[in-house]
Amino acid sequence: MNYWPLIGVAVVIAGFALKRNAVLVVVAAVVASAFAAGMDVGDLLALLGNSFVSNRALLLFTLTLPVIGLLERFGLRERAKRWIEGFKGLSLARLLIAYLGARQLLAMFGLIDLGGHAQTVRPLLAPMSEAAAARDVAFAKQPATVATAHESGAARELAADERTRVRALAAATDNVGRFFGEDVFLAFGAVLLIQGFYERNGIHLEPLAIALWALPTAIAAFVIHSIRIVIAQRGLRARAVDRAAPAAVTTVEAE
Amino acid sequence: MTIRIEYIYWLVGIWLAICAWHNLRARRLPMAAFWTVVACAFVFGDAIRAATAAGSRWPAQAMGAGVIALGLLAMGSSMKHSAAGKHTASASEPMGNRLFAPALAIPLATLAIVLVAPHLKPFGQPLIDPGQPTLVALGVACVIALVAALRTTRAPPGAALVEGSRLLDSLGSVALLPMVLATLGSVFAATGVGDIIAHVIGMVISVDNRLACLAAFALGMVLFTMIMGNAFAAFPVMMAGVGLPLLVMKHGALPAALGSLGMLTGYCGTLLTPMAANFNIVPAVLLELPDQYAVIRAQVPTALVLLAVNVILMAALVFR
Repeated sequence: MNYWPLIGVAVVIAGFALKRNAVLVVVAAVVASAFAAGMDVGDLLALLGNSFVSNRALLLFTLTLPVIGLLERFGLRERAKRWIEGFKGLSLARLLIAYLGARQLLAMFGLIDLGGHAQTVRPLLAPMSEAAAARDVAFAKQPATVATAHESGAARELAADERTRVRALAAATDNVGRFFGEDVFLAFGAVLLIQGFYERNGIHLEPLAIALWALPTAIAAFVIHSIRIVIAQRGLRARAVDRAAPAAVTTVEAE
Repeated sequence: MTIRIEYIYWLVGIWLAICAWHNLRARRLPMAAFWTVVACAFVFGDAIRAATAAGSRWPAQAMGAGVIALGLLAMGSSMKHSAAGKHTASASEPMGNRLFAPALAIPLATLAIVLVAPHLKPFGQPLIDPGQPTLVALGVACVIALVAALRTTRAPPGAALVEGSRLLDSLGSVALLPMVLATLGSVFAATGVGDIIAHVIGMVISVDNRLACLAAFALGMVLFTMIMGNAFAAFPVMMAGVGLPLLVMKHGALPAALGSLGMLTGYCGTLLTPMAANFNIVPAVLLELPDQYAVIRAQVPTALVLLAVNVILMAALVFR
């Protein structure tokens, strides 16, 4: 057996580890693997061109960018923050867990492209999460004056590292909700892929029989990620208290 | 008349060409060349596939050379990201919550079109291509949302194109990563990388122990998904190498449960890898995070715990 095509895998791992430009790394891996497998230049270019064109659907999300860009220019993200600040009891955990559940349920009915990083996370979910987190943090710091914080609307801006965490968690929540919902959908590619594989090997299965086995994992994913969201919220609050304490001391000293 | 997926691809091609033109006017030549090559894949995509089917190889080879050029262009240091436009602070006030309508129109119109598409048959032909209803619906919904956004903001159409191409430029070559990685998956499949990995796993495990086989299958799904960035690519390889011959045939595992849970085990790997760029790297750039692995970091604990749960579920459920 010719093991040399594995060199493409090595190129990818080394390239990502060295943080080279990812597109270049991947193109280099393609060339390395193809030559190691004994392809000539003509076959390599034809394979590369045909595969590239066959995967066009993955760039479809760029069509959302003119809409999102225009709306952001007119303050969509700020508006989303403001809207969340209007809900008094909505914490970061409640917002993200509700989104997670909704995303999973919709994906189970095949509505996979309803959410997504370009469509919903950047313009809506991320700013809403920031607004909810900012209020959590303000509440943790000064529970006594939280009423005034609510009345004044905006709590405070998150610190840069907190903002990064909250945004990344919002994106992660979208991924988890999508992945562990879509497999329960009958007509989804994964179910059909599994069915097709067995069919070719002489085992006949109904798509429903396959899809239902995805339910236990879907429930487990919801529970596990919800717990993680709650832990993340506690972490934000705890750090806010830690930061507030020394700040209070210095104010006293200054006086 | 049927709205086919190709029409949506042509629309993407025109949109990318406009971005290239914006960059050309700003004298960012590498960026302009980059988006021009990508636009070609969308505008001539069908022609390339038709030519290949007809036995003419040069269009696909030219596209292949274009992909290699994309890699070299992406490497160039002159592909600088331009900062995303800041909104004008007071602009949103008179618009209020009406701004949400066009943003929500993208998902809601997609949903509505997918639901009513099977019933829309003017002149006896389906209005929406029944082969790819969701993708076509998403494309149409973007156009509807754009019209709604222009009406709500009363901005000139050019403004949407300028803001959109600014966003696309801030993504830069990262936007293209999902497409090139999927291409790599096809090349790995064509060069037999999957078969080699299945072969190696078959050599190292003891095939008489069903739990060892199960563990090898699960870890193989995760590792191979991480390498390929896609559980779909890992699945046929691991099933052909370990799942079908050892687990189903030899140890009598339930095929339906093994297939479904095996695929979901691969999904845990998808949460862990930069190779799944559209889920893990593109959002980090879209959300302007300083660390491009921040989304993966946020997913690691969920993925690992879920992986453990999934393997336990498999051990408990697949063997009768």
